[in-house]
Amino acid sequence: MDNHVKHEIISIRKLTFTRGKRKIFDNISMDIKRGSITAIMGPSGTGKTTLLKLIGGQLVPDAGTITVDGQAVHQLNRSALFALRKRIGMLFQSGALLTDMNVFENVAFPLREHTNLPESMIRTLVLMKLQAVGLRGARYLKTNELSGGMARRVALARAMALDPMMIMYDEPFTGQDPISLGVLVQLIKTLNTILGLTSIVVSHDVHETAAIADYIYLISEGKIVGQGSPEAISRSKSGWVQQFMQGSADGPVHFHYPAEPYMADIFSSADN
Amino acid sequence: MQIFQQLGHATLNSLSKLGRGTFFLMHSLNGLTYILIRPGLIIRQLYFVGVLTFLIIIVSGLFVGMVLALQGYYTLSDFGAEESLGIMVAASLVRELGPVVSALLYAGRAGSALTAEIGLMKATEQLSGMEMMAVDPVKRIIAPRFYAGLISMPLLAALFSMIGIIGGHIVGVGLLGVDDGAFWSHMQSSMDFYDDILNGVIKSIVFGFITTWIALFEGYDTLPTSEGVGRATTRTVVNSAFAILGLDFLLTAIMFGDD
Amino acid sequence: MQHSNTLDLLVGLFVASGIGALFFLAMQVSNLSSFFEQDSYKITAHFENSGGLKVKSPVSMAGVRIGRVSAIHFDNKTYESIVEMRIASKYNTLPDDTSASILTAGLLGEQYVGLTPGGSEEFLHNGSVIDFTQSAIVLENLVSQFLFSDKEKK
Repeated sequence: MDNHVKHEIISIRKLTFTRGKRKIFDNISMDIKRGSITAIMGPSGTGKTTLLKLIGGQLVPDAGTITVDGQAVHQLNRSALFALRKRIGMLFQSGALLTDMNVFENVAFPLREHTNLPESMIRTLVLMKLQAVGLRGARYLKTNELSGGMARRVALARAMALDPMMIMYDEPFTGQDPISLGVLVQLIKTLNTILGLTSIVVSHDVHETAAIADYIYLISEGKIVGQGSPEAISRSKSGWVQQFMQGSADGPVHFHYPAEPYMADIFSSADN
Repeated sequence: MQIFQQLGHATLNSLSKLGRGTFFLMHSLNGLTYILIRPGLIIRQLYFVGVLTFLIIIVSGLFVGMVLALQGYYTLSDFGAEESLGIMVAASLVRELGPVVSALLYAGRAGSALTAEIGLMKATEQLSGMEMMAVDPVKRIIAPRFYAGLISMPLLAALFSMIGIIGGHIVGVGLLGVDDGAFWSHMQSSMDFYDDILNGVIKSIVFGFITTWIALFEGYDTLPTSEGVGRATTRTVVNSAFAILGLDFLLTAIMFGDD
Repeated sequence: MQHSNTLDLLVGLFVASGIGALFFLAMQVSNLSSFFEQDSYKITAHFENSGGLKVKSPVSMAGVRIGRVSAIHFDNKTYESIVEMRIASKYNTLPDDTSASILTAGLLGEQYVGLTPGGSEEFLHNGSVIDFTQSAIVLENLVSQFLFSDKEKK
């Protein structure tokens, strides 16, 4: 199979995943194009992180297939799955840096674990990655000395350590101050272009994500409710999509929790 | 009727937890080859698990030995048998108190720390992150801690017994006037290496195995919330205590019951 | 995976002290230099009643411990207790008419085999059997003896 000609680096077909009684994903299908920045957005709790875990093979779907670079993720054996994961970088929401190591060692970790490169080469590579995220001077700081934004940048450097073909970002913009936000947005865009990566950004920060995404998928209640380029989405006729993208307080997702008419409730004598 | 339902539910939960725990154990034991090439990992864990428990073991051992001598002296002198104080203190320590008390202290200090650490790593997605980086977190994080605990426990128990005997000597010979020569000679002639000391070592290895397993699994299995981690550490200490005391009874019956 | 030299040192000290404690217990506290590891030869004695004698009970002559009981068996034909003992090889001048008695150390202490030398010029060697034995004193028998002999006097 000629993998490198295929445009889609990830193909998801008829994915269904249930947790407990909730259907997190209900028969959804999507494609991620090579070299693009694809955004997956939706309200909190729709399972966006779960999707990344499904792609990475940490969770197994109830039905459907996920194909990454021509390989069906959930049919791979353990070593093939591990080999695939080395080609995918993942940036966790909290950074997920290893707390018993400093910045340098965190970034060096994948290199030391998966390659036999001599220390001098590892050092060079680590410094290069740190330079790309602007933290080369911070290399010996301990993880508890880093601010949230810095921690995420270190995690990004680590995610890039093995020169992956694709990076998945789990809520990278959540809780960041404007400057860190700006830095991250620019990093994601620049790295994707310069290194020829594919990026998947899972987020509910509409403004930032729409600014860099090439294609957007909106997921709600287990289904895809909108997809397209940022302009196409902004011209969408769906009330729900408009409410989400604008951040309006009221629309198809109601402001008021279902209740009886206001006046009647106030003037009734007691709760029957 | 609801109480039976709850009982059944609880039993099923416990059984499935035991099953998960057993798979977890197998997986951790498999990590031996991984850590043999990375001895630095074990050495680091030996520090956290062994060296940091050292102090509490020494202090407790000393006091336990001294109290044994004090209490024992008064009872033995009723029978004119003060000269047996040495063997009394030594036998109590080596056979029972050394392995058991040091295991309980270990569970409280090192065990709960391990549970908290692993639980926290789970809550901050470090374990997940490692998986996504194609590194097996059980082999890298859990296995070194497991083997470090297994090695440390018998050493700590031996230290406890030794310091206890010295403490008993200080009180018995130094303060209460038991004859120094008799103290040691009675001990040496009655204490058998195979029956007493080796059995004590075997006990402490078994305790180390169980306690470390419980501590690591509770951390690994916990709900990744701060409340979950807190409850997991409590469970570690409590379940370890039950396991230690229960196994102690079993092992004592097997080892010392045949005379 | 940083581990400093101090850390290594402390861990080394810890492990060394732990092993040291084990050695202390083995050497100072117990009888590790056990008799079975030294050169020894085996002799046997038959007793009507070996009482509370146990394997590893001491065997002494003139108050000096020269060996240990290695096994105790039951003879189906003579209904006697067969006690095997191992004597340290350096004590090889025991006359072959030595007698063996089962005695008690102190008033309530453990039982041991006391050997008293005879006058023979031939010595016990590996596999010898002691012919003269005195069984353990069983307290109940002693008491009933006393009671019955008292009765007879009246």
